[in-house]
This record gives sequence, structure tokens and C-alpha cells, in this order.
Amino acid sequence: MPDQVLFGIEVVINGLMAGVLYALVALGFVLIFKASGIFNFAQGVMALFAAMTLVGIQDGQVPFSHLINAIFGTKIHHFGWEVHSILAILVTIVVMIVLAWAVQHFIFKHLVGQEPIILFMATIGLAYFLEGVADLMWGAEIKTLNVCLADGVCLPQGINGFLDATTFNWFGYGLFIDNLDISATIVAVILVAILVIFSQYTKQGRAMRAVADDHQAALSVGISLNYIWILVWSVAGFVALVAGIMWGAKSGVQFSLSLIALKALPVLMLGGFTSIPGAIIGGLIIGVGEKLFEFLVGSMIGGATENWFAYVLALLFLVFRPQGLFGERIIERV
Amino acid sequence: MFYREAGDFKISYVADNQTFPIAFDRYRYYAILVVGFLVLPFWVDDYLVNAILAPFFIYAIAAIGLNILTGYCGQVSLGTGGFMAVGAYSCYKLMTGFPDVSIVLHIILAGGITAVVGTVFGLPSLRIKGFYLAVATLAAQFFLVWLFNRVSWFYNYSASGQINAPERTVFNVPVTGPNVEPWAMYLICLFFAFFSAVIARNLTRGTLGRTWMAIRDMDIAAEIIGVNPLRAKLTAFAISSFFVGISGALFFAVYLGAAEAGDSFGIQKSFIVLFMIIIGGLGSIFGSFAGAALLVVLPVFLKLIGVDLFGWPTDLVAHIQLVIVGLLIILFLVLEPHGLAQLWRIAKEKLRLWPFPH
Amino acid sequence: MKKLILTTVAALMATGPALADLVFPSLSYRTGPFAAGGIPFADGYADYFTLLNERDGGIGGVSTRVIECETAYNTEKGVECYEATKGEGALVYQPLSTGITYQLIPKASADGIPVHSMGYGRTSATNGKVFEWVFNYPTHYWNGASIAVKHILDVNGGDINGKKITLLYFNGAYGKEPIPTLEALSEKHGFMFDTIAIDFPGQEQKSQWLQIRRDKPDYILFWGWGVMNQVAVQEAANIRFPMENFIGIWWSGAEHDVLPAGAGANGYKSLQFHNVGSDFPVFDDIQKFVVDAGKAAGEGNQIGTVLYNRGVYAAMLAAEAARTAQEIHGATEITAAMMRDGMESLKMTAERMAELGLPNFGPTFQVTCENHGGEGLGAVAQWDASAQEWSLVTDFIAPDEDVILPLIEADSMAYAAENNIEMRCN
Repeated sequence: MPDQVLFGIEVVINGLMAGVLYALVALGFVLIFKASGIFNFAQGVMALFAAMTLVGIQDGQVPFSHLINAIFGTKIHHFGWEVHSILAILVTIVVMIVLAWAVQHFIFKHLVGQEPIILFMATIGLAYFLEGVADLMWGAEIKTLNVCLADGVCLPQGINGFLDATTFNWFGYGLFIDNLDISATIVAVILVAILVIFSQYTKQGRAMRAVADDHQAALSVGISLNYIWILVWSVAGFVALVAGIMWGAKSGVQFSLSLIALKALPVLMLGGFTSIPGAIIGGLIIGVGEKLFEFLVGSMIGGATENWFAYVLALLFLVFRPQGLFGERIIERV
Repeated sequence: MFYREAGDFKISYVADNQTFPIAFDRYRYYAILVVGFLVLPFWVDDYLVNAILAPFFIYAIAAIGLNILTGYCGQVSLGTGGFMAVGAYSCYKLMTGFPDVSIVLHIILAGGITAVVGTVFGLPSLRIKGFYLAVATLAAQFFLVWLFNRVSWFYNYSASGQINAPERTVFNVPVTGPNVEPWAMYLICLFFAFFSAVIARNLTRGTLGRTWMAIRDMDIAAEIIGVNPLRAKLTAFAISSFFVGISGALFFAVYLGAAEAGDSFGIQKSFIVLFMIIIGGLGSIFGSFAGAALLVVLPVFLKLIGVDLFGWPTDLVAHIQLVIVGLLIILFLVLEPHGLAQLWRIAKEKLRLWPFPH
Repeated sequence: MKKLILTTVAALMATGPALADLVFPSLSYRTGPFAAGGIPFADGYADYFTLLNERDGGIGGVSTRVIECETAYNTEKGVECYEATKGEGALVYQPLSTGITYQLIPKASADGIPVHSMGYGRTSATNGKVFEWVFNYPTHYWNGASIAVKHILDVNGGDINGKKITLLYFNGAYGKEPIPTLEALSEKHGFMFDTIAIDFPGQEQKSQWLQIRRDKPDYILFWGWGVMNQVAVQEAANIRFPMENFIGIWWSGAEHDVLPAGAGANGYKSLQFHNVGSDFPVFDDIQKFVVDAGKAAGEGNQIGTVLYNRGVYAAMLAAEAARTAQEIHGATEITAAMMRDGMESLKMTAERMAELGLPNFGPTFQVTCENHGGEGLGAVAQWDASAQEWSLVTDFIAPDEDVILPLIEADSMAYAAENNIEMRCN
């Protein structure tokens, strides 16, 4: 095969993998928007918060140590123990559930029935708040994230040697595929499968779908909206944790992790705010689209096109389908 | 007692339509103008202008612009930073290309250029609505910043891509460049903020404003009663971008003096201006000022209290500042979802009845 | 609220400049996207001045005061910080951000306060004939590009004709700085030169690294900052790029840039304009007088990291300039204008650095009226992943002035013409 085609294949495969990572972030947005109509701007910060909490617990950091030291003049930093990854993940999930309860109890319970833009604004306030709390709790320096399921079984990184060697034997050019991306894809598939099973076959899941369909009808058959919304925020918190782990493994856990939300917005636009399959397929299209554009056209116009191209691509789709690829059809009545 | 309509008779439609129907309001407004234009210039110092007043006026202009689009016409936009960059870079090109023309004219022209660009990026609004449009305008934001970073013509082929405002004068008083007196910087920002507010106020209560509001409230219904959505939406984009462009030009030329597209006009700008109008109040000129004041003054205020009064470490203060700003936003929304402007309206109602509750 | 803030401000102004001490404002960033880099620098800067106060009673008997102001790397907050601190009798500003530096150059020049942008900011400010108040000793980006190329020349026995060097850079003012120098150098040495841009924040760099994988450059030069650094090092390890051929600028060579990549980062190189590690007498003093006394600016755990050392180095250069100014003017309480004279006659010798407890910590250099950048020497450091430490692998290398001086001349003259600046130092 000619080199250019091989390069193209490599770019497409990597684009698909990047798309999975985008979709992971977008999923959290979709869950909350679908169930409560809230466009959750804080999703990125939630990923940051979750990842920081995970690392903090793993390393046995004392939360708010900086604040405590400043007030009481003490010098405490670490408990002096290290927590196993699985246990730390479980504790982090509990923290995210508490957060979900607090968000519902202190904010959105009081904002029921408000316009979407007000709800959106409230999530911005939440984003500021969480960012500040995350920094206060765990400090602003970069933390290295190592998630290990057992001794030596950690999140893998780097080029997949097997695929590289195999493709090299076949075509004379080894394709580059990152082990982390492969694991991210597997995790994403498992995550989506769990979500599907949860929403199709459990009582809570069905209730969640009922709420998403129609609040009033769900209320009238005895579903507690309050409970479902806490549930949805918890699930979104869990998704944020997964996204935080996957992105944080690559770059270390730090403030910029919250900016991955910007990567998810075009995915949402393209896939529709209300569709889980839309988030995934949208992610894949954006991932492949931006990588291919950078590969084919980018070098001609100076590169670094990915940031805007994702949005322009989504915009083009929207002009033909204003509700996104899989969004609910907008029916307007006067 | 003083705040009432009774005894305040109108004998013409003009009088009936005025912005401040209550005499007390009117005099208060004149008093503020007198203080703003005639007293403060003699009193302000470097810190007050550079840290608080200049950014306040400039953000207020941007907020007025975005409020026209979002608050009056109902089109949520996150492209404000990009449009401010258009204003800044066109102002820079005009300043360096035609050094003999007045800077005031340059700033207004920069607004005009931004209006054209804004109209082009407003075209998708005819198909796309709500949050989809908000995200779509991000395309404008990212594309414009990339463009100004990439095409070296925009920054006159300088090695690093930074643009620097050369010195320009109004009536022989420098208003840009390093030698600006604080009062001159204050006055030029106030001048533009004042006229933007007056123009915006009069536009929004005229025919144009009514068509925008009709589109905002229900676009299909508006179309049925004969409002042309194409014209209404595109004029909203154009006029909104005009103000945003002016604020971008002032931001670069008068306030910062040096700028770079990604650094000064990034996505953060778009978000902060949107926060301003939501906190201040959608569809209110006063709200634009109130929101800008809150988000410009509050961080400085918290910083002064934390660092200078209590002597806490700066990073702790910065983190606590985020927490407090976040909490305040949430608290405001829970207590009064319609922004500071609504609080103001409620206060006025109360004042009218005072001291008798019924 | 407004009234309250006005009274607060007024109260601040009233407390006014206490002329009794030497004020060194520190525009730091301990929050925001670049906090990880800002924290150790700010700690080092503050700790060194605390050490001077505690151990020597200040500089020349006058105590020093560091006013820290948080900028979060944000230009507007930088303006606020500058205005808030300049009335306190600030002697020199170290803005620590390209944007804030560009913004302060005209302002501080008009106000008569020197700006020291150490290894960043506007490169052509090294021309003292045009930029009276701006200094960027000991070195700057164009020197950095030249030093990197010289190092590559050394490794290849002096011939890099036909080699391929790619610049991977932050898509902004900072990252674009070395491009003209590298273009000029590629003509001189005959290497092929290519650029690849990464947009802020740089969390996702697959496209760039796939391109590198296809193009197979022999060397990569890297101008990155923030999360871009960690991701780039990780991706380079992922595609198994030979790390010893991957050379970062001094802002891409701290411990936290390479630690997340683990063993994969072994052999990564970065330029430095000061020495690394904690093996210097001054750090024992800092431990004794500052950290153990509970007066450290931060947690006290950053000593010996690359950026902490850079903060100490910046503080040391500022303190030495203040001392020089005291000697020149025969006064212990100096003003910003005297400070500028001190900076302009600053001379760093090996003996002086040893006296200060920092033997061979930085290059020797001398600032003159025409040359505000010194001789511009820099060294190359390499990361050892198993020992988890940086170490210098070369001596301090001199840049190729034949290429750089004309470029500086052209750029600074263009600035002078645009702003009607008269030449000094005649």
C-alpha cells in the first residue's frame, strides 16, 4: 500500500481513539441534560475534582492541609499511608455521590422550573466553587496519577508493540496505537454497557428514563424527582471520574484537566444534547474529522487547526440538522 | 416619600416615554452623570482607573453588546472574545495604517468592522437555536483567535505576534500608549460607555428593539405577525458586535496597550461577559453595568480584604476567592434568578410605597 | 460595596510607601493553568529574600520586603498587581509571563521602574540602546535556540548538514519567538527546519506526534509551558522517539514536566541558564534560616527543584543588582532609578557566586548600557528517570552572536521607529 494511505489509516484509527476520549467527557453532559434539562458547565471541573480526590486519597494527602496549616500554624501534609487504587476509587465514588446530593439539595432543588439559561448559570457558579474547593483541598501542583488494579497491573501507556510489529510485517509500516487509548476504549465500552444495562433493566434506570421523557408523567406515577436527580448527578460524577482518570493518566492531574470540557462541546452539538449514542458517534466523528483535517489540510494553512475545526465541522452538520444528529426532533408550536 | 409618580404629570407623549419617568430617578441620573464627567476626573488615580474603572467601563460596553443579542433577541452567544479580538486587531491595523486619523474614529470604525464580521457569523442563527447556537458561536471564537495568531498581516509581521498600541491623542492629550494620564483614560472609557448605553437604550425601546424581543419571546409567533426573523436576528448580531468591537478596541488600545489574540481574547472572555449579563440581568442596560461592576470589582475587593487586610497567602486568597464567587453566583440565582436588575426593580417598587407598605 | 472598596483603596494609599525597606514585588501565579510552574518559582524568590533578611539583615543593612501578588498568568490581573504595588516603592518587576511583560514594557518605562524578564519576554529588549528600563540577562529565547543548535552540532561532530530539526511550539507569542533565529541558523548550518504548532492548552497532541512520527525528524526542539509539557514528553515516549534528541527550552524542563511520564522520560534534555539540584551551600542556609524557622513562602518542600532554583537565581540577581546600585550611589536606600543603574552595571563572576553560596550556579556575565542581556550563556540538562533528577551535561555554551545580533538590531530598531525612541549609550 502507498505510504499516504497507511498514514491516513493511522490518522483515522487514532482519531477514533481520541473520539472515544471526547465521548467520555460528553457522556456526562448528556446524562444530566437528558434527565433535568441542565446544561452542566461544571462537568469538566467535576472531572478535575474527581481525579484530584482520587490521587489525594491514594497518596494519603490530608485534605485542606494548606488551609489548616495557614490558620493553625501546623505542618501537616500526609497521613503517611497509601491507599490501594480500587479502594481509593470506591471512596472517590462516595465523595462524588455526596457531591451530587449537595448539588441537588443546595442548588437545584431551589431552581426547579427556572429557565435553562439560569440553570446553566448556576452550574457555572458550581464550576467556580468546585475549582476553588479542589485547589483548597488538594493543592494546585501537578499530581502523577497511577491507577493500578493489582501489583504491576497498571494503566498501560505507550505504543502497542504487538500491533506495531504485526502491521509492520504486513505493510512495511508499523501503525501507532497507544495502549492507553486501547484501554480507554475498553473502559468506555464497558461503561456504556453498564449504563445501558442500568437504564434498561433496573428499576432506578427505568425511573431515570421516565423522568427524562416527561417530568410530570414521572411524578404522577410516583417517581421521586429529587431522588432521580441525585442519582443522575452521581452517575455523571462517576463518568467524570472515569474521564478524569483517562485524561489525567496522560498529563498528570492539574487545572488544565477542567478544560477538556471544551473538547466535548462540539461533540455534544454534533450528537445532540439528549442522546447517549449521539455522544459516542459524535465523539468519533469529531475525533476522526479534526485529525484528518489536520493531516490533509492543516500543514497547508499553518497547523493547530484542531480547536476550531471541531466546532466548524459540528456547525456544518447543524445547519442541516439543527437538533444534532441524534437529538430529539424540535417541534415548535405557537 | 420622594420616590413617586404622584404629582409628576405628563403632558406629552415624549414625556410619557422617557427613560426615567420618576423625577427622583431623573435627578439621580443627572447627578451621577455630573459626578462621573465633572467630579471624578479630578479625583481618580492610576490604581483606581487601571484596576477598576477602565475594565469596568470596557466590560460594561461588551456586556451591553451581548445583552442586546442574548437579553433582547434571545440568541445565546459565546463568541464575544473572538469579536473583541476583531475590534482590537482592526483598531490596531487602522491605528498603524492611518496614524493621522483620530483614534476615536478608529475605535468606532473598529466597531463597524466587527459588526460586519459578527453578521457573517450570525448567519447560522437562522437555523440553529438555544444552546446549539451558543456552542456554534464558539466556532467563531476559536476560528478568529486562530486567524489572528496565524496570519501575520494582522500584527504587522512582528516577530512574536504581540500587538502594541502606539501613542495617539485626542485634543493633544494622549489616550493610548504608556503616557496616558489616569483621567484621560477614564474619560475616554466613560465617553464610550455612556454613548453605548444611550444608543442601546434608545434602540431597544424602538421598533428594532421590539422586533428583537418578539423574536426572543417566540420566534414563530413573531414571524406570523410579520417580523422578519432574518432581519431581526442579523441586525441584533450586527449591533451587538458593534458594541463588542468597540469594547475590544478600547480593551487593547486604551486599557492594556499590548495584546495577543489567544492570551487576551480567549474563551475566558466570552464566558465572563456572558456571566456578567446573566448576573446583572438579561434584557437590561442597567444590568449590564451592574454585572460588569460585580465581576470586575468583587475579585479585587476580595483580594484587598484577604491579602492586604488579613495578610493571608496569595494563593489561599485566590482559591477562597473562587469559592466565594461561585457561592455568590449560586446564592444570587437561588434568591433572585433574574439578576441584579430584578433586585433593583424590586427595590424601586418598595421605594415607591415607602414609608407606607400598602 | 463600591464605597467600601474605595475606602479600602484609600486606606491602602494612605499607609503608603514605607521607604525604610527595599521592595521587590513578586507577580506570582499559584493558581490557574500554569500554577504548577508558578508555585516553586514564587517560593524560591520569596525564600531567598527572607534568607537575606534573617541571615544578613537585608541588603547592605536595609531589610527587603517581597510583596506577592497573584496574577494567575492573566494579563488583566497583572495590570492590577502592577498598579497596586508600584506605589510601594517597587524596585524591579519580574512579570513571569510573556503577556504581562509586553504589557509592562511601555508602562514601566514611562514610570521609570526596571523590568527584568529573565529568560522570557521580549527578546530584542536585550538592546539597551532602545530599551532603557528592560533587562533580560542572563539569556533569552533566541540565544536558547542557538545554544540548542550548538549542542546538536557538538553531538554530531560539527556537521548537521541535511539533518532535520523540528520546532514544536506553543501557538502564541512565546512559542513563535525562536522561529526567525532557527530559520537563520538553518541557512547557516544547512539543516532542514520545520515547525509544528500546538494550541493552548495542549492536552491533546496526537496529530502533532503522528506527524513527527511520519516526518522522522532527527531532533525536536520544544517551546512549551503548562500541561503541554507533560503531554509532549509522554507522547514522545509513546512513539519511542529517542529522548536524548528531544530538547526543551528552560520552561519545559522541570521535574513535574517529566515525572508523569515515568521511565519513558529518561534522557529528555532541556536548556537551563542556571544549575540544578540542591547541592549548594545556600540551600543549607535556606533550610536553616527560613524553612526550619517556619518562614518559608510555600510548603518548604520545593528546595532544589529546577523552578525553585530559578526563583532563587532571580532573587539573587535582583539582590546583587540592588547591592551594586548601593555601591554606585553610595546610599543604602535606593530608588527604582538607582536600581536600574545597578542592573546596568551588574557583573556576575565565579568568585561572587561562590561567595554567595552558589558556586558555578549560573553563567558569568556582565551587563552594559548597550547590552542588557549579558553574554547569554546557557547549558543543557538531562533527566535521569531512575534517580529522578536533572543534571547539567554540558558547560555553559555561548550562543552564535553572528546570527542573533543582526536579528536583535532589526527588531529593536523597528520598535524604536514605531514608538519614536531615541538611542541611548552614545
